[in-house]
Amino acid sequence: MSMNRKLKSYLPIIIVLAIILYSAAGIDYSEAGNMSFDMVKSVLSGLFHPDWGYVYDGSGEDLLSLLLLTIGIAFLGTVIATVLALPLTFISAHNLWKSNTIVSKIGKFICNVLRAFPELVYAIIFVKMVGPGPFAGVLAIGVHQIGMLGKLYTEEIESMDEAPVESMTAVGANFWQTMFYARLPQLIPTFLSLALNHFEIAVRSAATLGLVGAGGIGAPMIFAIQSRAWDKVGIILFGIIITVFLIDAGTGYLRKKLQ
Amino acid sequence: MKLKDTIHRDLYKHLFILVLVLLCVFSSARVTGAQMADVFNNLDQMGIFLQRFLSPDWHYIPKIIEPMLKTIKMSVVGTTMGVVFAVPFAFLATTVVTRNFFVTTIIRFLMSIIRTIPNLLLAALFVAMFGIGEFTGVLTIAVFTFGMVSQLVYEAIETIDHGPIEAAESVGATKTQIAFWSIAPQISHQVASYSLYAFEVNIRASTILGYVGAGGIGVILNSSLSLMRYDRVSIIILSILVVVITIDWISEIIRKRLV
Repeated sequence: MSMNRKLKSYLPIIIVLAIILYSAAGIDYSEAGNMSFDMVKSVLSGLFHPDWGYVYDGSGEDLLSLLLLTIGIAFLGTVIATVLALPLTFISAHNLWKSNTIVSKIGKFICNVLRAFPELVYAIIFVKMVGPGPFAGVLAIGVHQIGMLGKLYTEEIESMDEAPVESMTAVGANFWQTMFYARLPQLIPTFLSLALNHFEIAVRSAATLGLVGAGGIGAPMIFAIQSRAWDKVGIILFGIIITVFLIDAGTGYLRKKLQ
Repeated sequence: MKLKDTIHRDLYKHLFILVLVLLCVFSSARVTGAQMADVFNNLDQMGIFLQRFLSPDWHYIPKIIEPMLKTIKMSVVGTTMGVVFAVPFAFLATTVVTRNFFVTTIIRFLMSIIRTIPNLLLAALFVAMFGIGEFTGVLTIAVFTFGMVSQLVYEAIETIDHGPIEAAESVGATKTQIAFWSIAPQISHQVASYSLYAFEVNIRASTILGYVGAGGIGVILNSSLSLMRYDRVSIIILSILVVVITIDWISEIIRKRLV
């Protein structure tokens, strides 16, 4: 009896350990041996002696203008997503569709599909569609974030306080009146806060979309890495880290004010 | 009910913020060269792309099972490594254990730097340092997980009940003993659920890490794209979708049992 119970409580741990060990056995570690000390040394020396000349040279192809472009891509993508996620949310919130539950299930499914692909996959598709450039990045971030924000917004609506809505319905308000006077005043601050949080996430993604030709700082970064120009990699990384820090601090401040 | 009793209490302030946001949107649109017309002008292009994209090459499925498994294994090992390193460092990042403000500040600063580097750039850096292969992918996922989980864990440690700590101190326990016997039992559930969350995020991320040469399904995605084999691209993307949804579903079940 006690043996059985012991086994029951240890079983999940044993299963997890088995999965981990099985996975660890299936990985090819051969390139761990390729790590040469000289290589790491040259990388580190490059990272610690960044190429300051690249910060600004007025050509429009320097660090500052590319970072601005990256922020622009992230911002526009997030704005598009914030707006377009709203209708999707109103479709997928189950408390707005009490009479036909199938609608909200469809809405949630759309959100899940949009969310399942990484931005990079969208970026690849949009680069093929509208040609390489920042606009492809905007669309990629926008589409991915619609799924992300749609899910979070839906959770917000479904967990909101229904009391004001009920009291308005009791005095004869129709659907739109309850929406504008009872639901939205509760939801808008939270929605904005979520959107700000996702703007910060989008800046990080926008920094990598240049890999597939969707504009921003990613392209020069990958060229610098491939050509082993570590001092340039250093300054770009430095720029990205500072940018993300500043955006993080800014959105954090705004989100505190919203609460 | 008048308009001013609702959300429009600070109508002018809200209008000002709206104008500010719109200004940002327009300047972002100008910087990124967003042409909504492009989307509609290239509809025929999109049609051709979608046509090839929507006729997936089902015979290719056996060829993607192996790399897909590799991707999952990479995520498992990377997540485990990341969590194993993240937990002790999270203890160092709180003054609850160390009582040393200086150490805590330094560790937190290092953690936030690790967190700001987008994971694809990290992967590209490691590929340049160690060469192409699975181990590089594992390393990237580990570092990325470390940044994500360590922050969540130290925030969890800060909200624990201090009673057991005081009790252990009063009978003369060392700091290590306190960490093990007073704090660890209180956060073990949270660590498990954060690890699961990190694993979900990593599955999504690891599918594209191969794009820069870090092993797994991304490698085939990259080669199929450059060969313009969209019928294969779509089957790869579909398989990613299936795996991501399955993992989400499994972790949902586990999370329900954890709580």
